[in-house]
Amino acid sequence: MTREQKYYKGSLDGKAPLTHDPLKDVRARYDAIVIGSGLGGLTAANILARCGHKVAVLEQHYNYGGLATWFKRRGGHIFDVSLHGFPAGMKKTCRRYWNEAIAARIERLDSIRFDNPQFRLETIFTRDDFTRLLVEHFRIERARVETFYSELARMDFFSDSGETAGELFERHFPGRNDVHRLLMEPITYANGSTLSDPAISYGIVFSNFMSSGVYTFGGGTDWLIGEMKKELARSGVELFNRVEVEGILVENGQTRGVVANGREIACETVISNASLKSTVERLVGESHFSSAFAAGVKAVRLNNSSTQVYMGLAEGESIPFLTDLLFTSTRERFDSPSLCDLHGESRTFSFYYPKTRPGSTRTTIVSSMNAHWRDWAGMDEASYLANKARLEADTVTALERHVPGIRAKLTHIEAATPRTFEFYTQSPQGASFGTKFEGLRYSMELSKEVQGLYHAGSVGIIMSGWLGAANYGVITASKADGFLRSLEKVRS
Amino acid sequence: MTREEIVEAIKDIIATIAPDEDLSNLKHDVRLRDQIALDSMDFLDIVMELRKRYGVQVPEEDYKELATMDGCVNYLYPQLSTKQLKVGV
Ligand SMILES: Cc1cc2nc3c(=O)[nH]c(=O)nc-3n(C[C@H](O)[C@H](O)[C@H](O)COP(=O)(O)OP(=O)(O)OC[C@H]3O[C@@H](n4cnc5c(N)ncnc54)[C@H](O)[C@@H]3O)c2cc1C
Repeated sequence: MTREQKYYKGSLDGKAPLTHDPLKDVRARYDAIVIGSGLGGLTAANILARCGHKVAVLEQHYNYGGLATWFKRRGGHIFDVSLHGFPAGMKKTCRRYWNEAIAARIERLDSIRFDNPQFRLETIFTRDDFTRLLVEHFRIERARVETFYSELARMDFFSDSGETAGELFERHFPGRNDVHRLLMEPITYANGSTLSDPAISYGIVFSNFMSSGVYTFGGGTDWLIGEMKKELARSGVELFNRVEVEGILVENGQTRGVVANGREIACETVISNASLKSTVERLVGESHFSSAFAAGVKAVRLNNSSTQVYMGLAEGESIPFLTDLLFTSTRERFDSPSLCDLHGESRTFSFYYPKTRPGSTRTTIVSSMNAHWRDWAGMDEASYLANKARLEADTVTALERHVPGIRAKLTHIEAATPRTFEFYTQSPQGASFGTKFEGLRYSMELSKEVQGLYHAGSVGIIMSGWLGAANYGVITASKADGFLRSLEKVRS
Repeated sequence: MTREEIVEAIKDIIATIAPDEDLSNLKHDVRLRDQIALDSMDFLDIVMELRKRYGVQVPEEDYKELATMDGCVNYLYPQLSTKQLKVGV
């Protein structure tokens, strides 16, 4: 797709036409250029600027935030795309790398429910509450639960035993498919990992996510990104939207700058928040990497994509509080692949009551499913539209079972597919959560191949989600800061 | 900085990162993580702060040298002995 096509397709595709030169005020050179404004890119930019470097963020979309995004629809609806919940650690991350005002808006979800043929229950997602459920509801011995928890707590990145999550569950809770479902299903929705992914990535995420509750932002994604933009301005970061980076310039094994909207901009370091694979294969080009590295990146598997259905209640309509987050399925037993089925029977519902945006009276509901790019990519236009319509209809029917009468209250229903995610973020195959575990190594070692080149974006399962991406932005910024300071030393 | 001042420099950095921790009884030969709540992001912040305040570079492969206070002092002394202590910045 050429830039002209993309920006001039009109408003229907959501990418408004270019009416001015978005790079009018850009400088000729920066210390660091960040490609992409996802939470990883924005956090890296903020930290680097606070360290005293001159930083620009170049974002191809007109909105900042990447997948941390929202959209408005006629009738006063505001839909959040990826604000279903994140771990408690986000509070510390926001306080430290953003500001207190942002951290103060982080609130714990009051309730999370599961409803499937194996169990119906409510939890607040804390270690104590899961222990209670496993002991009282699932009749597992307390000591067994404690052993499981302490094994997870001991896992770290450097102790990979090669075991899969499925094997880990089978070892601790043999034959208990219902327990495996409780432990795995939320994580599969949170980062796309499955029973066949490494136990280690499960352990790290579980210890973060299913131990101290699930949290959200009071104020919605629009408020959050608005506050982040203000903080970035205070830190001195220059933000440019509608600017697509077409290439990263490398000379003699060193990063020299980028080409964006056809123009060269020089810099000492590039932090790419674009997907790992596009960074290596498309933006830099494989010829600048050792053949082993390039082959390794090629072999990295992408994570799955998603579908979503956004449902808005009419002005004046409301529903009684049911839960904040509902994991539903009509499948008798749990297995990972079926969570990605095109005609899936498993989905989550996030309920955004008026409390989501203080002062608002509106309610929205967003349903999410995991999905495969390959199922949607090949459809012709007619079957694509038919499948979207079917997805919307199935979702409302499923919702009716939990919220009787909801259909009559909805005035907006709209679906997003892997194609939608690919279109808006340019993430290959619309990957929602970066790559599988093996991608992390390559992401972390980019600068060993090309000096000054770094990656800060969803990768390796553990560095994905809002918290993972933001923290990875800090980790990457620290490396880039070290490099920039070593350059200054050489010069002075 | 003397070795004692390096201890002070490190405590001052930890105090800004983990303000709720009591640092008065830290044992110098026991892992910091076993005495106060420090996760890997806190650790990264200590490294970034050392770089910011004193220009000290700690490559990733050397992070393990900073596990105890004694380890910190031994590792950082060659780089910090010529620098001035900065506290409360
Ligand atoms: C449907 C869905 C629901 C989710 N729900 C949750 C949730 O509830 N909780 C949670 O923690 N996580 C959730 N996630 C995951 C989370 O949103 C992501 O992991 C995280 O936001 C990714 O951040 P990132 O920094 O990797 O960048 P991304 O959000 O992937 O952003 C990358 C940015 O780079 C830009 N870009 C790419 N290439 C270029 C280029 N060449 N030039 C310029 N710009 C470029 C893109 O436009 C984009 O803005 C969800 C994801 C999806 C898809």
